[in-house]
Amino acid sequence: MGAIQNKLEGPVTDELTLVQAAKKGDDSAFEELVRRYDRNVFRIAQHITQNREDAEDVVQEAFLKAYSNLAKFQEQSKFYTWLVRIAVNEALMKLRRKKPERTVSLDEDIKTEDDSLPREIADWSPNPEQQYTQAELREILSKTIQGLPPGFRTVFVLRDVEGLSTEETAAALELSVPAVKSRLLRARLQLRERLGRFFQKRENGHAKSEHANSEHGNGGDGNGGDGEQ
Amino acid sequence: MKCSEFLHELTNYLDGVLDEPTKVELENHLSWCHNCYVVCDTTKKTIEIYRDSQLYELPENLRTRLRSAIMAKCQQYKKRGPESV
Repeated sequence: MGAIQNKLEGPVTDELTLVQAAKKGDDSAFEELVRRYDRNVFRIAQHITQNREDAEDVVQEAFLKAYSNLAKFQEQSKFYTWLVRIAVNEALMKLRRKKPERTVSLDEDIKTEDDSLPREIADWSPNPEQQYTQAELREILSKTIQGLPPGFRTVFVLRDVEGLSTEETAAALELSVPAVKSRLLRARLQLRERLGRFFQKRENGHAKSEHANSEHGNGGDGNGGDGEQ
Repeated sequence: MKCSEFLHELTNYLDGVLDEPTKVELENHLSWCHNCYVVCDTTKKTIEIYRDSQLYELPENLRTRLRSAIMAKCQQYKKRGPESV
């Protein structure tokens, strides 16, 4: 009776195998890594830069940087987290070049007091997204997330769209875990409030506007004057 | 639990990382505080809508073009070093 056969390699092992092969000069292994993560990097880049051409550039630059620095990559973390970190930095650099008048930073201290209490508490329709065509919905979602400061939308995209863990997001952005959590809360609440304008329950064709009670009513939208960080 | 305390724990609650006593306390709050219930519910929907939105999908033809460009630059780098790309 032979030994129990090895389990099929999971995605994490696969990634490590590919990285090790790529380090030894196997370009097809690196190309497989590109294939695996190009969509994610593109999404993240476009969310940060808000521009498709810039996002295309970021995808190319991030993978090239990963390729040329592969020898330096310590295999203690996931390749994907490392790649995201490179891509986020490239994307932020693009943004800084475009908006030099505004400081684009991820580590700016953000108030975490109760100023993020929502002021708009109106409920949404049961299936709000079905009120709009796919194209309209994308437009709404895109415009809404673009209104967030880069530091907020980056955390939201990594955590909630790309599904990185809080720890991975912290590592990719070189932020502390509490900082990630605080930004994530603010980002989620701001998006919720902004989407509410489109998704609120409608009565007689008009969006229903309920005013918040006093406890919820003092907050503002949590932006607290941060503007674009 | 006050509304502000609920809000402080909202992200941990939605991420399913709350300890049991805090979770019970929070759900008790949600059972009577309609505003917090709505905030919790619509925040959850916000996350789900973005997660399912397929915003900024990379079209297949662009994907192929980008991958070719990346691999060509990598080859160049390999042959001629950092100055080449």
